[in-house]
Amino acid sequence: MEKVSIPILKSGDYLITSPQVTLHDKMAVQFKSDILQKIVETKAKGLVLDVSAIDVVDSFLVRVIGEIATAASIMGAQVVMVGLRPAVAMTLVEMGFSLEGVHTALDLEKGLELLRKAGKR
Amino acid sequence: MPQVSIEVVDVRSEADIVNARVRAKAIAEALGFSYTDQTRIATAVSELARNAFQFAGGGKVTIKPADGKARKGIEIIVEDHGPGIENLELALKGGYSTAGGLGLGLSGSKKLMDEFDIKTEIGKGTVVTIRKWL
Repeated sequence: MEKVSIPILKSGDYLITSPQVTLHDKMAVQFKSDILQKIVETKAKGLVLDVSAIDVVDSFLVRVIGEIATAASIMGAQVVMVGLRPAVAMTLVEMGFSLEGVHTALDLEKGLELLRKAGKR
Repeated sequence: MPQVSIEVVDVRSEADIVNARVRAKAIAEALGFSYTDQTRIATAVSELARNAFQFAGGGKVTIKPADGKARKGIEIIVEDHGPGIENLELALKGGYSTAGGLGLGLSGSKKLMDEFDIKTEIGKGTVVTIRKWL
């Protein structure tokens, strides 16, 4: 299996990441620890996870995304997932997944806006 | 309708789980399924292929066009020679997990498809057949 790391970019107090490759299970787990490491290194207050390039989100990925959000939140950084495709959103709802505890916004811009507002509170 | 052949994907690694769902999606598209249905089918295949990999160490995914009386569709068979499912009723209800997952893989994939058939035998393995009609 090829080793691909997904770029996590910093912009001000926030991190932005947008996986453009299909995440195998191990890659998803690696991605999770990369994100948490990056939050520590950069002292980021929040992260926008753009999933607009992801065409299949199954129960494993749902779990990993939930774990990223929960772990980041304990560390003091908020995660906002943006760009969920309509077909993926429909599929998740039909399967009975709720993604509780994961903040969501329509796109990157709205996601960053949400983080900035949360930071002012 | 274009000629769509039968495809068999051996699931021996995590990359094969992705491969199985990519192939299922491509065949669903070739058969004329909508983008949303392609996503449903690919997600269901992902769940079942992962089950075979996680619980049985691997398995085989067969993807083919399905012919009903007056309709056409897609049929996917996921088979393994693993330990079988001990409490099938509970596993199908959802929220039951032996692998630290969400426990929604089987029940979730059932909800995404039109037909779902499962045969499991302790010590022999599990065969799941799913269908979706156009």
